[in-house]
Amino acid sequence: MATSSDRYLLDFEKPLVELEQRLDEMRALDARDPETDLSAQIASLEERVEELRASIYRNLTRWQRVQIARHPLRPYTLDYIDALTDGFVELHGDRTAGDDPAIVGGLATFKGSRYDGQDQTVMVIGHQKGRDVASRKHRRFGMPNPEGYRKALRLMKMAAKFGKPVVTLLDTPGAYPGLEAEERGQAEAIARNLFEMARLPVPIVVVVIGEGASGGALGIGVGDRILMLENAWYSVISPESCSSILWRSWDYKEEAARALKLTASDLIQHHVIDEIVPEPIGGAHRDPATAFRNVGRAVARALNELVRLSPPELLDARLAKFDRMGAYQVTGDGATQGGANVRVNL
Amino acid sequence: MSWFKRKKAGILTDRRDQNDVPEGQWIKCPECNEILNRRVLVDHAMVCPLCGHHNTMSSREYFDLLFDDGVYQVYDENLYALDPLDFTDRKPYAARLTEAQRKTGLNDAARAAMGTIGGHRISVAAMDFSFIGGSMGSVVGEIITRAIKRAVAEQVPLLVISQSGGARMMEGALSLMQMAKTSANLTRLDALGLPYISLMTHPTTGGVTASFAMLGDFNLAEPNALIGFAGPRVIRETIGQDLPPGFQRAEFLQDHGFLDAIVDRRSLRETIIHLLDLVLEPARR
Ligand SMILES: [Zn+2]
Repeated sequence: MATSSDRYLLDFEKPLVELEQRLDEMRALDARDPETDLSAQIASLEERVEELRASIYRNLTRWQRVQIARHPLRPYTLDYIDALTDGFVELHGDRTAGDDPAIVGGLATFKGSRYDGQDQTVMVIGHQKGRDVASRKHRRFGMPNPEGYRKALRLMKMAAKFGKPVVTLLDTPGAYPGLEAEERGQAEAIARNLFEMARLPVPIVVVVIGEGASGGALGIGVGDRILMLENAWYSVISPESCSSILWRSWDYKEEAARALKLTASDLIQHHVIDEIVPEPIGGAHRDPATAFRNVGRAVARALNELVRLSPPELLDARLAKFDRMGAYQVTGDGATQGGANVRVNL
Repeated sequence: MSWFKRKKAGILTDRRDQNDVPEGQWIKCPECNEILNRRVLVDHAMVCPLCGHHNTMSSREYFDLLFDDGVYQVYDENLYALDPLDFTDRKPYAARLTEAQRKTGLNDAARAAMGTIGGHRISVAAMDFSFIGGSMGSVVGEIITRAIKRAVAEQVPLLVISQSGGARMMEGALSLMQMAKTSANLTRLDALGLPYISLMTHPTTGGVTASFAMLGDFNLAEPNALIGFAGPRVIRETIGQDLPPGFQRAEFLQDHGFLDAIVDRRSLRETIIHLLDLVLEPARR
């Protein structure tokens, strides 16, 4: 089963692909020569392929998942939009400074999100990476400028105006760390989105589909349900940057990935995400159709639950959800803030 | 003018009593290189009287400076960080926490208090850069959040004084989520029509800038404070050239439209009182 992804093979995929190639060769030989019957050998090799596949993908390290999340053939936001919606109309521009191709958004009908017997219109917004050299540069590798966040906010407010739910897809190595991004208020743009998303009176479903790096991801990531693909990563910093700051070397990215606990199964334990969306074995790029179907079903289910809530119910639950995030200990008498804790300066 | 008001020695209860300045302690101003007596600096709110350089102040020094008569009540001093990720880099996070607590006498990188400023009851939170670079983990997020909730519950204004290298890496995504948690709670204060003053001091960067620090009704900053999202080193490496002078300084941010005003610390209290006077009904005083 030689695939088009061969030239992008990850190290840990190689033994599997080599075995798959031997299987292909044996099948070809078997078909070519009617005299020999290799069916027993083929069956045993098939079994070994499945065993190896299962053992590799059941025991992925955190760093290996980061590599899958960054796989150049992994489906991106526009691929999901193409597969999961009908009639997508892309809406451009922040109405102030420009249009950022690192974030795309627009209105579409979300297939399978049945409400009152028909599919719902949603505002779908996501980070967008490029596929080839030119489009990667054009999309700035999925790293938004402030205009991207402000466009996203404009579209979310439009969704609220028309009473449509919002679906956001997160896939960024971070907000763009450029001079002009700072001049135009990268921090303010992200902060404003966190604030406005917290009070947007329509359902918001967030899906981490690839890389969820820091404030650049969270800037479109506040919502009522946070879903995450099995091999996506989401953290406060990338493993490389974490390595460079804490280890003062770029060489500790694997250790940093391990330390940051950035996978979906880590984050569900810490209640940062609500649901892990399973990927086809080998990752979303190996079988995009299955990835689309799994994401589509999970988003539709979330939308169908959330549309039943009134805006105040929705917003109270959204605030309570983020209020619960964090881990700290309360020592002594946590109930009273007066008494022993009082410091009075005269 | 209360900023030069002397505090009586011996009554303060903190382990680190910075107002009790021994004679003969001399500090070299990092800006103009003048040798100053520490007592002179303290009397000038830690601002160099010769060149105006603003030296870093702790949460406690801001509380002392800003609250009427230096009287205030500190809250949530019983919150301590956990090590939810069991994080280790070259050193375990748990050891970093213990060391920071011992060195600074603080629980974590933020403290919260309530009191009056110019007669206005107000909820205040302030950060401490001395504690792991003022980084925001779960405790800082919770302390800021509780300060916001107290303002909402008592229907009083909020002041947050930021001083931070950003979100704390050692708590991973939980640190990141503190950005959402604090920002989300600010919507409830906003809905009540209550003023939120955000003061950004040197330095305010990363996830703190990209959440509550930039969300003030009034975004104030101290002169020359470094304020930004990405760190200067990262930007320099990205664009492959040197950064222009004054880049990401308070004056740069005001020029680009992100600050309402740059306020000299020696007139900070008066500025805050004036803003509160203007916004709140005089009857509330
Ligand atoms: Zn000086």
